[in-house]
Amino acid sequence: GPELISKANGLHGFMNWKRALLTDSGGFQMVSLVELAEVTEQGVRFSSPYDGKEILLTPEKSIEIQNALGSDIMMQLDDVVSSTVSGPRVEEAMYRSIRWLDRCIAANKNPEQQNLFAIIQGGLDAELRKKCLTEMIKRDVSGFAIGGLSGGEEKDNFWRMVTLSTEYLPREKPRYLMGVGYATDLVVCVALGCDMFDCVFPTRTARFGSALVPWGSLQLKNRQYAKDFKPIDEDCDCPTCKRYTRAYLHALFRNDTAALHHITIHNIAYQLNLMCSIRESIRQGQFPVFIQQFMKRMYGSKEQYPCWAVEALSTVNVQLE
Amino acid sequence: MRMLELWKRAPITWSHVAPPLENGTFGCSEWRHVEKPQCYCVLFVGYTNIWLSSFLADCLYSVKDLPIRPSYVLLASVTKMKLILSSIVNGCRYGKLIEVGRNGSKSVDIPGCLLYTRTGSVPHLTHDTLSLIEGVPEPVHLTLSTVAEHHEVLEEYKEGIGKFIGMPESILYCSLHDPASPCPSGYNTNKTVSVWGGGGRIEITLSKFMAMQQAFKPDWYQSMADGEPLPPGASRKRVKKSVDRTLGFLDGCLKEHQNSEVLKNSEILGVIEGGDILEERLRSVRETMKRPVGGFLLDGFQADDMPDDPKLNLIASVTGELPEDKPRLIHGIGKPDEVLECVSRGVDLFEGFFPYVMTEQGRALTFKFKYKVDPEGEAEQKDLVGPLHQVQDQQLISAYNTMTIEQCEGNHIYSMLEQSGCGDNEISNKASDKGGKTVPFTIDLKSEQYRADFRPLLEDCSCYCCKNHTRAYLYHLLTTNELLAGVLLMIHNQHHYFGFFQSIRDAVRDDKMHQLKELIIKQKLQQ
Repeated sequence: GPELISKANGLHGFMNWKRALLTDSGGFQMVSLVELAEVTEQGVRFSSPYDGKEILLTPEKSIEIQNALGSDIMMQLDDVVSSTVSGPRVEEAMYRSIRWLDRCIAANKNPEQQNLFAIIQGGLDAELRKKCLTEMIKRDVSGFAIGGLSGGEEKDNFWRMVTLSTEYLPREKPRYLMGVGYATDLVVCVALGCDMFDCVFPTRTARFGSALVPWGSLQLKNRQYAKDFKPIDEDCDCPTCKRYTRAYLHALFRNDTAALHHITIHNIAYQLNLMCSIRESIRQGQFPVFIQQFMKRMYGSKEQYPCWAVEALSTVNVQLE
Repeated sequence: MRMLELWKRAPITWSHVAPPLENGTFGCSEWRHVEKPQCYCVLFVGYTNIWLSSFLADCLYSVKDLPIRPSYVLLASVTKMKLILSSIVNGCRYGKLIEVGRNGSKSVDIPGCLLYTRTGSVPHLTHDTLSLIEGVPEPVHLTLSTVAEHHEVLEEYKEGIGKFIGMPESILYCSLHDPASPCPSGYNTNKTVSVWGGGGRIEITLSKFMAMQQAFKPDWYQSMADGEPLPPGASRKRVKKSVDRTLGFLDGCLKEHQNSEVLKNSEILGVIEGGDILEERLRSVRETMKRPVGGFLLDGFQADDMPDDPKLNLIASVTGELPEDKPRLIHGIGKPDEVLECVSRGVDLFEGFFPYVMTEQGRALTFKFKYKVDPEGEAEQKDLVGPLHQVQDQQLISAYNTMTIEQCEGNHIYSMLEQSGCGDNEISNKASDKGGKTVPFTIDLKSEQYRADFRPLLEDCSCYCCKNHTRAYLYHLLTTNELLAGVLLMIHNQHHYFGFFQSIRDAVRDDKMHQLKELIIKQKLQQ
């Protein structure tokens, strides 16, 4: 609870983490726990499946908690609907998110130490998105998140909403695309103008035995790796690849959590290396070349490239060969 | 050169010839006597060259004009590693095992413990997190329970299990059974023993056992043995059978060992069986001693059902008979008070599984072992939690007994995760448990009293966990089932346990075992 964390010198103190922390507002749980949630103008009411207790999460409450946690970046409480939902609910949620943004800004007791980000909603409807963007960029926030995507919608719609958002968002503030984490998506969305991303994918998939590599992923649980004495990726410098073989990870996976740690470390190294390479290539003015190499390595040949990616990249003048 | 050195160090005035019998074992019944001895000459020969030594012995006798006539020839087993005992104080042995390992370059402090692993990994820890811990012991403990199912893979790998598990430089000791997993009895036969792995029961014949050792290439391994836990009061017949079988297995292992090129730098440990019957124990000791083993394993003391006094007396009787110059390991003893009792009775090496078992229960080791410092000033901690470890044991047992291999494959990781944190049923148990059986020497971090306790796990502990994190944080990690809980607890518990063993060594060296024992017993009774 927030009172406990305050006593511990905030979340940084409680975890003993000296770097930056970003906290989400609880909005996503409106989608992931939709059966347990009831949304009104006031806020969202969650009932606990364990003891039936109810929590009312209002914009004010969410900001109060995030203030107590002391995170460096906080997210507004937004009215989130699944990207597969259509109809008037989407519009209602978009307008409400704007109103809730204002309530969040007003409730923030720490505007000097903590950075509040707005979250653009509007589902997959271009008009609604535009309306949301126009309104939210009028508010004085530290950065903008693109929300309501990465929830199972068609990639064709997904990238169009991303591009639309980055077109309207101010250049001098960070653009945070929430929930995006597959390697291809990261590369394309950087090209479309996004700066920050978050995703459970690399660590969650690691815990299920899946190791990320430049050409896809290895399901280390599978029998084919039982006698594979190569590291996960021969070109990877992470501690796991320097010491352990696929065969050992396969053997260990069934028996000890250490396997999960080894693969998690590798997957995080993979993601960080990817982003580092992206930054480096941008700095050198070689990003289109990087994209080309990345896609080739991941998919093999142009015929295999996902259409949505090819299309999306062409809108920013990256033609894939 | 080596032989001469040994001869100078241990002059012997008698010796006997023990030529190997046809089946490769040593019989000690043959004596040869040469007429008109002029003086004594002693010949030590390495056991890896039994046939050569036998041949040499014969040659010596046949040379008539040798100025020094051997009266008797000693055919002793000289193992590669050496035990240097600095002192024996009140039954406690203090010293070093040197020239250990394939290169003969490592040493092991005695008394000491092994580094416990499961499938070759210290539970929850990667190589990097392990390196955060001070005082990590040299010998790495592998168990056939957790690696036997990967035998084929290791055969194809060819480079030995040390490299496979990411510890190419470490000394490896391979035992049969995993001390932290249940070992159901009733499955061993005259020709096979069974171990219980992740996929269920694995039946091992002698040749399969030796094939595994040759694929794994450990530095030490225990001989195949019938060490099934026998209930107290098991029939004499059954106990005798376990001793006989074990000796038979030992002889079989030795024969293959001696013919094996890959195992030539490995040591085999003889296993002392005998249940709770003194005569059988002594018989096992005397017979095993005749074989050229590198050390001795005291087996069968794992279970909790042998009452303390008879157990300790048996251990003392066994070690009393064993030769002083070879290391004595014991399986299944890990609690601090029991460790001290065994050290006092001449045991050298212990398995290091106790920190792991406590970690799985969400417990942190907090007992004091600095007998030099005044132990007072520690706040009292009340522990209200019930026997959660019993719940986990039952889960494990039923899982092993009922799951097929496919089911284990599909579900094992989930049950492992349940064990490493705490499951929902344990959270709800917490509220209702009062005054159940507590575990001395530890605190239960799942207990709600730690929710807002911002102190480190243990006040003056220098481990990574205590320097960086609090009880409140561990409580949070445990109640939310986070993997990090296991990592941090394991780091602390290992660090603490290895510190305890250093303290034992200091106490033996300084003749302060009495103080250390008092300190430990006081804490055992406190809770």
